[in-house]
Amino acid sequence: MRIVVTILAVAALASVPLWLRDPYLLNALITTGIFVIGAMSLNLLLGFTGQLSLGHIAFFGIGAYVSALTSLGFDVGLPGGFRLVHAPWPPIMGFVLAILVAGLCGYFVGLLSFRVRGAYFVIVTISFAEVVRLVALNWVELTQGPLALTNIPSVALPLPGLSELTLRTKMQNYYLVLVVALIAYLLIARLVHSHFGRAMRGLMENETLAVSVGIDVTKTLTIAAVISAAIAGAAGSLYAHYIRIIDPEVFAFINTVTMVIMVISGGKGSLAGPVVGGMIFGLLPVALRPVMAPEAQWIAYGGVLMAILFVLPRGIVPSLAQRFGRRGSRTPVLAPVALTETGAKELA
Amino acid sequence: MMARSIAMTIEQVAVRFGGLVAISDMSFTVGEGEIVSLIGPNGAGKTTAFNVMTGFLTPSAGRVTYQGITLTGLKPHEIADLGLIRTFQRTSVFPNDTVYDNLLIGLHRQGRVRLLDAILGLPGARASERRLRQRASELIEWVGLERLAHDAAGSLSYGEQRLVGVALALAAEPSMLLLDEPVSGMNASETHRFVELIRSIRDRGITILLVEHDMPMVMTVSDRIVVLNYGRIIAGGTPDEIRNNAAVIEAYLGHGAARA
Repeated sequence: MRIVVTILAVAALASVPLWLRDPYLLNALITTGIFVIGAMSLNLLLGFTGQLSLGHIAFFGIGAYVSALTSLGFDVGLPGGFRLVHAPWPPIMGFVLAILVAGLCGYFVGLLSFRVRGAYFVIVTISFAEVVRLVALNWVELTQGPLALTNIPSVALPLPGLSELTLRTKMQNYYLVLVVALIAYLLIARLVHSHFGRAMRGLMENETLAVSVGIDVTKTLTIAAVISAAIAGAAGSLYAHYIRIIDPEVFAFINTVTMVIMVISGGKGSLAGPVVGGMIFGLLPVALRPVMAPEAQWIAYGGVLMAILFVLPRGIVPSLAQRFGRRGSRTPVLAPVALTETGAKELA
Repeated sequence: MMARSIAMTIEQVAVRFGGLVAISDMSFTVGEGEIVSLIGPNGAGKTTAFNVMTGFLTPSAGRVTYQGITLTGLKPHEIADLGLIRTFQRTSVFPNDTVYDNLLIGLHRQGRVRLLDAILGLPGARASERRLRQRASELIEWVGLERLAHDAAGSLSYGEQRLVGVALALAAEPSMLLLDEPVSGMNASETHRFVELIRSIRDRGITILLVEHDMPMVMTVSDRIVVLNYGRIIAGGTPDEIRNNAAVIEAYLGHGAARA
């Protein structure tokens, strides 16, 4: 049943460029797809470990800048009179480096903040995004600052036996984003259904108990942060090579908020949640644009979010799954003593 | 009594929270394969002692060694890796997961495979996954919860949740099990079954340290009893010795009753 739905959904998405010729709508679908990948990566942390990264766009933006700079090349002065010169590399190398560098940043942010977690993690991630934005804004020699990095080359795929295929058309980019999104989805699905995913779930539900059966908190959360950041970096790279211009505004807080909204409305902790939420909130501006002024659009945006959470409080996918299936299992009821007060009380 | 090799040694352990002395000076040993109970009135420091032994609390003084390894400074998950596994008084399950999934989480130590193997679904990872599922089913059967295997653990009765908690601890393949008030909230017949369960756990060669208020249960199941009051050990011995110990009777009936 589930596999049939998944195959139908993928087939439907793959067929879109065959009947949809409107470049404006196709463009909206491509950027939405890129943000859906970002939302999926955020969901890995928020939905499966319970840690809220409110600076998630930093990993996306780092991916975008790393990929752009790798493919554009740069020449910057370093302290002590050294110069760092990099000749342009193919965009595909930028894509790989974006994943690696974003993952590495995820590692350091995770290592720094997971010893304390919770609110501290939220604050560290916000600060991290802000610091990265300021670097992008002020290190003009490297990033062009507010003047933006322009003329970023499109992705070129080296095909075996043929010459390179440069993805210039919307249709080509649509399929590129779709393929990367599918890989990210499968990767996350495999991960959360593995032994590692169970460790994450255990930590989220009852950390004290999880630790007592031998689950290493810091290691588990750090691995989740690295993979999440790396996927966000991949999305950022796609963004840079598709839009072909990036400026420090990519790090804006509102972009993180958009991803959080996509995850929460679709249903955090469900694999399809960020896809569904992402499609709704990615395409909503497109639907509203002909009928509303930009200011009114934001109000409508908020209204839709509130309506979704009012009717389906756990998010669209989990709420619908509960309503239309999975019968026979009793719903969890909390035991007399609140089970949510895991650590503090037990150890008192 | 037959001499046994020693599994755990608690040496002069003290725990102070600011000015409050939770444990003042505690020393005792637990033999390999023994069932030892730690009893005492409320607030005597029993759970605190458990928290020290499992790394959730660092003692202010003294040390705990398990199979010759000093536990001070080890993190809880590292202590769990030595085979020293505990259960909890209140939060004994992962409430939103099914009983079956609870046990799969508990089998963490048995299921470690390389992350990449799991993501790629390599044969090694698949075989490991099959083994875990098999083992989870066995454990569920063993504690007698087959009927509830696919219910959310949080929806079970309190007594059933305790059983899941014990099964979870067993899933972690302990060589020594620390049970924190396992029969509280169980009725008489559930308690009776639980005593059988504890005996069969011991028959597998697992050492057991038990904190419990249910005196009849403690008297039946224990090889040895250690009595704590106000953070210090006031008596130790076989159930018969403890039953007739003046200091213990004083602590429970004299002072303890007045406080209750």
